[in-house]
Amino acid sequence: MQQNDLIVIGAGPAGMAAATEATSHGLTVTLLDEQPRAGGQIYRDVDRVADKRGDILGKDFTYGRTLTGGLRASGTTHLTGAMVWSIEDGFRVSFTKDGRAAQITGSHILLATGALERPMPVPGWTLPGVMTAGAGQILLKQSGVLARRAVLVGSGPLLYLIAAQMVRAGTPPMALVETQTRGDMARAMRDIGGAMRGWPYLVKGVRMLATIIRARVPRYVGATDIAIEGRAQAEAVTFNVAGRAKRIACDTVLLHHGVVPNTQAARSLDVPHRWDDGQQCFVPELDTWGGTGVDGLFIAGDGAGIGGAKVAEMAGRIAAIRIAEAVGRLTVQQRDARAAPLLRSRASDNAIRPFLDKAYPAYQPALTPEDATIVCRCEEVTAGDIRRYAGLGCLGPNQTKAFGRPGMGPCQGRYCGLTVTALLAEANAQTPEQTGYYRIRPPLKPVTLGELAMMDTPEPDAAE
Amino acid sequence: MKPASPFLELEGNPKVPVTFDGDVFELPLGANLAAALLAAGVQVFRHTPVSGAPRAPFCMMGACFDCLVEIDGVVRQACMLEVTQGLCVSRPGTGEATDATE
Ligand SMILES: Cc1cc2nc3c(=O)[nH]c(=O)nc-3n(C[C@H](O)[C@H](O)[C@H](O)COP(=O)(O)OP(=O)(O)OC[C@H]3O[C@@H](n4cnc5c(N)ncnc54)[C@H](O)[C@@H]3O)c2cc1C
Ligand code: FES
Repeated sequence: MQQNDLIVIGAGPAGMAAATEATSHGLTVTLLDEQPRAGGQIYRDVDRVADKRGDILGKDFTYGRTLTGGLRASGTTHLTGAMVWSIEDGFRVSFTKDGRAAQITGSHILLATGALERPMPVPGWTLPGVMTAGAGQILLKQSGVLARRAVLVGSGPLLYLIAAQMVRAGTPPMALVETQTRGDMARAMRDIGGAMRGWPYLVKGVRMLATIIRARVPRYVGATDIAIEGRAQAEAVTFNVAGRAKRIACDTVLLHHGVVPNTQAARSLDVPHRWDDGQQCFVPELDTWGGTGVDGLFIAGDGAGIGGAKVAEMAGRIAAIRIAEAVGRLTVQQRDARAAPLLRSRASDNAIRPFLDKAYPAYQPALTPEDATIVCRCEEVTAGDIRRYAGLGCLGPNQTKAFGRPGMGPCQGRYCGLTVTALLAEANAQTPEQTGYYRIRPPLKPVTLGELAMMDTPEPDAAE
Repeated sequence: MKPASPFLELEGNPKVPVTFDGDVFELPLGANLAAALLAAGVQVFRHTPVSGAPRAPFCMMGACFDCLVEIDGVVRQACMLEVTQGLCVSRPGTGEATDATE
């Protein structure tokens, strides 16, 4: 089996741009993604659906075709439906495709695994009918399936985007229950300078809001005490706004208060992470090029810290240029000349972030939920359980495993990790940095024995 | 029997029969399985092993594992599968599951 110069994991904007760029410099590149088609989260299935739903989803979606087209034309090997479950030093990547496990090797790895929606544990969030807003959007984007009676709950530009897309699809949400306050916007105005540098984003934001307002979608801003009612299925959202209790009956609740880097793969390789106070999440420690402390390992896109699709695309190319230089396909001068304009536009596209982070902060009661709320969906561990562990002397997320099973289900802490860190930090009066995060070990996702039994190994056979 | 669905489908693609927990549904060929089942009115995909609470798709991106179903004795994520002709799906634990290693 051929050794790759570069293995890219994730075919979103970061991964597609990186693979295309690296292949253009003559590198041998394999791109893996567990989805059946290229696009990532923002451009999910763009080749299949741009013609059908391009007008609903908007130009920022159909733009993705330039990336998927570029990728196809580049001749990069793209393994679709390939779920990566282990990356070992050296590098050897193990994945499952079509029900069988396989391995490939490469001298460089680029992790472009994107973001996850920030967990939003509010009472009732595990009921059927409650989804992330991104999930509601994926249903619309990929499948043309729309919730008839949905309430959108939370904050942030993505919440408005999804609402606007639902309006254009002819089924507006029943209401927007928004958690940001006027005070948040006032604080954000201190970063208005950066926001003005990112004015195209502001213009888009204003247009989205105009679409929502024109459709007369009720907006409740500064909502608190959010809970979802229902026995076997979500039946209503309840909340308080300006001192008044409200209840909106609905079938579907779409939750969203920002996205956070998906750090699972990077953590499994012991990449150091630091707490980012502005984005309220852990981010990997990287150099300008996306290089990690691990030799040959790079990260680009929202997995490196939230920057959005354009920043992801540029960061993917920047990392690919650096890797092309590392394998001797570009000189240092060529590398720098090629990267300079990309580095400049990445910086200007990132300028809006501090404003957005302050204007649409995470919903505080969902960061450290009340005792009865489930935080670990897989093992049904509540916030009260975590506080009790802290009372018994539990300092960090890994120690919780001595007390219960949080983070030990199949999602491996993807939707409870940040909450468990926040709860322990609060209870022990420590910072999130001091408290740390779950230690992640492969397999990154469950693998069945049947898949392993059909393993294709790279040659020469891995002698172990 | 088709229960009323909280979801609306924008397009009508060619449909094929798929069995879910003994009921036969006509689902769009090649569609995302989780999306197609939701649109067909399936509200509960599984019950949790811990408390038996009902669950349904939450993330639609392969991260939360709340959409687990059982196909040919293997527990898999419905949101990562596509509808094929004659697919036979059950709630996990109701068939003979081989457990995924963790
Ligand atoms: C659900 C959701 C919807 C979003 N919608 C929008 C939107 O409409 N507009 C917008 O501007 N921003 C959106 N975002 C924000 C989004 O993160 C960025 O805009 C952009 O998609 C980031 O690009 P990326 O290349 O970093 O990662 P992504 O586009 O997220 O791509 C990462 C890819 O990695 C793959 N992957 C992850 N782990 C593995 C693994 N173990 N094995 C194999 N493959 C793997 C995933 O399948 C995915 O395709 C959304 C985010 C989420 C989570
Ligand atoms: S809905 Fe989350 S994994 Fe399928």
